[in-house]
Amino acid sequence: MNLFAYTRAASIAEAVTAAAEPGAAYLAAGTNLLDLMKGGIATPSRLVDITRLPGLDAVEPQPDGSTRIGALVRNSDLARNAHVAKTYPMVAEALLAGASAQLRNAATTAGNLLQRTRCAYFYDPASPCNKREPGAGCQAIGGATRIHAVLGWSEHCIATHPSDLCVPLAALGAQVEIAEAGGRRTVPIGDFHRLPSDHPERETVLEPGALVTAVILPPEAAAFSGHARYLKVRDRTSYAFATVSAAAALTLENGRIGAARLALGGVALKPWRVAEAEDALTGATPDAEAFSKAAAALVAGAKPSGPENAFKIELARRTVVRALTLAQAGTPARMPALPASPFSHAAGALHA
Amino acid sequence: MSIPLRLTVNGERRDLVLEDPRVTLLDALRERLHLTGSKKGCDRGQCGACTVLVDGRRINACLALAVSLDGASVETVEGLANGDALHPVQAAFIAHDGFQCGFCTPGQIMSAVGLIREMREAGESVGDAADVERVREGMSGNLCRCGAYAGITEAVVAAARAEAQAGEKAA
Ligand SMILES: Cc1cc2nc3c(=O)[nH]c(=O)nc-3n(C[C@H](O)[C@H](O)[C@H](O)COP(=O)(O)OP(=O)(O)OC[C@H]3O[C@@H](n4cnc5c(N)ncnc54)[C@H](O)[C@@H]3O)c2cc1C
Ligand code: SF4
Ligand code: FES
Ligand code: FES
Repeated sequence: MNLFAYTRAASIAEAVTAAAEPGAAYLAAGTNLLDLMKGGIATPSRLVDITRLPGLDAVEPQPDGSTRIGALVRNSDLARNAHVAKTYPMVAEALLAGASAQLRNAATTAGNLLQRTRCAYFYDPASPCNKREPGAGCQAIGGATRIHAVLGWSEHCIATHPSDLCVPLAALGAQVEIAEAGGRRTVPIGDFHRLPSDHPERETVLEPGALVTAVILPPEAAAFSGHARYLKVRDRTSYAFATVSAAAALTLENGRIGAARLALGGVALKPWRVAEAEDALTGATPDAEAFSKAAAALVAGAKPSGPENAFKIELARRTVVRALTLAQAGTPARMPALPASPFSHAAGALHA
Repeated sequence: MSIPLRLTVNGERRDLVLEDPRVTLLDALRERLHLTGSKKGCDRGQCGACTVLVDGRRINACLALAVSLDGASVETVEGLANGDALHPVQAAFIAHDGFQCGFCTPGQIMSAVGLIREMREAGESVGDAADVERVREGMSGNLCRCGAYAGITEAVVAAARAEAQAGEKAA
């Protein structure tokens, strides 16, 4: 780990000013940043500790029906928050399917959004990586690519974004609130993360020094509470990143689908949401045929970024169909003991 | 650089001066306070051997920067027993063969103490088979290279049930 200067920010204004200094980085819980610093992948000259910033650690339902989630709300607190668990059950399920209980107790909402890819070559300073060093090349291409992208990748970077939380947030159309030198603004989460294109080193729309202050779920997101599931397919039943995951939410009216929300995780450098896939479900009878059509629309244009990840396209399609089937059956009254797992013993989630 | 750091460790106030901000909570405990019960397995958040409770919640001490936790209250495995009287979770690990080499054990035990608190706070019970699954999931952040998982799970389930019964009696 390189030596760094340490600043504990007392106000948002102070944080934004301190972090605008070149080489500075925000420190939340540090569960991703310290790991990267130990590996020599991140080498910030200054850490601006935001964990004591006042007012950023609350979940606040708003009069207009939206919900404001402070940037510092811990993943476990967000998952166990009664309002969130009831109103946005797939957000809770995704959180509880991520990392371990110890990590969730520490990890923050904004830190989860801003965690870096798990590409093994990114994590290995000896490998060329365009994300670490623009123009260096991408060692993953032609390498071990089982966890890499099948959608939205470029010849400069084929990495995926590892967050579980971001997948239901994307499906529900969350807004990310940002404080920067010029004031505050909000950005739809769908525009927050960037696809790699020819600048994989630019990961989000944040300018240097910009601070995420909250994530806001819009009023319409509450409509899906009765039929919402997150399904995460991974190499072990718990404590593993998603190979592929899906968030699926429906409203059902007189035997038909009123509205649908769908997003995929583990397939691209951001949660993958496609309007056509949701449109295909609107007004349809909720059956296998409609679900397959939506899944096909969601993965339209998918292309393996290496021979080892071709399987993820079919896996993604099946995961979407399964997630929709579970959502149709209804949000379980109680969180399954194995959240988001296809191996859960909870009714309706048995491995078929 | 000298950075003052105040922690309460196992109920006792400890004042430290760090010459470098790079010290993790795990290194502060092991190298500065000589509390070597918390283990360094991976140092990267992947094994759980360093699990301690900070302000009552289990976290990985290897991925926490000590300076960031100034003022926090930390519980480690050294603080569990009351003299020679073992903590119920420690006793359960012995009764149910919850270890072989013992390297992961302090982390397992601290994690179990944290899990049982979390379940109590959430009003969860440990009754049927699904709850055994809940315990297995709740302990998944702690790896055991000896593969003592069967005994570990039995120990944690037994300790959680005993606590739930004691709670019912008290209520
Ligand atoms: C072993 C292991 C397994 C994991 N498994 C999963 C998993 O299955 N699913 C999953 O989703 N995640 C998983 N994670 C990742 C974990 O969720 C993240 O490490 C965590 O969410 C990061 O939050 P943090 O508060 O610790 O962020 P930090 O590590 O403190 O920060 C992460 C990044 O965000 C920046 N940042 C933090 N807060 C702000 C802010 N408010 N504004 C601007 N920038 C900010 C930091 O500068 C840094 O670049 C795993 C991690 C580990 C170590
Ligand atoms: S896939 Fe992206 S993150 Fe991985 S080595 Fe290539 S450029 Fe780097
Ligand atoms: S030493 Fe901390 S998780 Fe392995
Ligand atoms: S008892 Fe040896 S690692 Fe768990």
